[in-house]
Amino acid sequence: MTSKVTLTVNGKERSADVEARTLLAELLRDQLGLTGTHVGCDTTQCGCCVVHVDGKAVKSCTMLAVQASGKQVTTIEGLAAADGTLHPMQEAFREHHGLQCGFCTPGMVMMGIDIANRMPGADEKTVREQLEGNLCRCTGYQGIVEAILSVVNPGAVKDHHHA
Amino acid sequence: MHNFDYHAPKLLDTALTMISDREDAKIIAGGMTLLPTLKQRLAAPSDLIDLAGIADLRGVKKDGNEIVIGAMTCHNDVATSDIVKANIPALAKLASIIGDPAVRHRGTIGGSLANSDPAADYPGAVIGLNGTIVTNKRSIKADDYFLGLFETALERDEIITSVRFPIPERAAYQKFRHPASGYAVVGVMVSKTGADVRVGVTGAGPCAFRMSEMEAALAKSFTADAIKDLKGNADDLLSDIHSTNEYRAHLVGVLARRAVAEA
Repeated sequence: MTSKVTLTVNGKERSADVEARTLLAELLRDQLGLTGTHVGCDTTQCGCCVVHVDGKAVKSCTMLAVQASGKQVTTIEGLAAADGTLHPMQEAFREHHGLQCGFCTPGMVMMGIDIANRMPGADEKTVREQLEGNLCRCTGYQGIVEAILSVVNPGAVKDHHHA
Repeated sequence: MHNFDYHAPKLLDTALTMISDREDAKIIAGGMTLLPTLKQRLAAPSDLIDLAGIADLRGVKKDGNEIVIGAMTCHNDVATSDIVKANIPALAKLASIIGDPAVRHRGTIGGSLANSDPAADYPGAVIGLNGTIVTNKRSIKADDYFLGLFETALERDEIITSVRFPIPERAAYQKFRHPASGYAVVGVMVSKTGADVRVGVTGAGPCAFRMSEMEAALAKSFTADAIKDLKGNADDLLSDIHSTNEYRAHLVGVLARRAVAEA
């Protein structure tokens, strides 16, 4: 049995028929074609599937699609401007080489924006703590932390790439 | 995950009717434990009744000398609440180190307490701060609430509505955090209000419990030194791949001393 769920994704109202057990990540990827949201572990640990629901970072592999009914969802696809101009956090990841294989990157960028929203001015230690639910298997954390710090607390960046 | 019927009632009474009418229904709060459990097919409820739409179950307020936290208040909202930070900073700290930031946006205090995972943080807070669990039926004192591994005093048709914490004079929470999961290998909440001292331990046993011997020693002298020779009773504690029961017993002593020093 399916039911219709209607939600706003990246500013546009979207509807889909889903089973109650359909995960938000599955709705986004398989039914709405938004494959920028990655599913790494499917066990609430790796953070590759982080999206924003009503402006807050959540793991979309551990939320039902029906639980997002009526909510505002933002995915990695919703960040850049229509003309392709990157969101400042995306630009920071590019500038600071905040990615290697790129698999964790959508979740890292979405969590980076969440950190910037919740704790502007955060220091490096705080940024690292706040990333504990986002795993990078390349262990490329140095660039990721620099990228996020450059947005939340530019004075705290010790940039190894451009020194 | 097996499929189920999903319901999102707006009123507590509707949720209670639904749970009474459906034998294999389960309540979902934040879902941070339940959804992974369903994915592993360790549970297969016929229905999920989501409490997220019931606005009355959310929020933090001060009521006399108690802090009252709605059952559906997420960990991040407790961690960042000005009321909690001003009155029971140890509780705000505890909430701020549960899981990770995304989990803290979904997971709730009521869900954590109803689940009573042996390694969850909030059970230690309820025991250590002498909290009261308020349901649609009654108020349950912390000492009467935790019965065993994932077992509580809650009845089938009983839903936690809020949790009340008396404001202590001093309190602190110390946790030996599992580095991957964030769960408490051991966590200790210590509080002092007048002559009343409480030591609540989570992570170590099948469910949260008090350390009476430590409480007696701390009532005489609220110093880390007063409990330097005390630790948990290994025979009562859990052993698993993360830690032996002997090591958990040792951690109970170490973390209790650190908490007293911090309080």
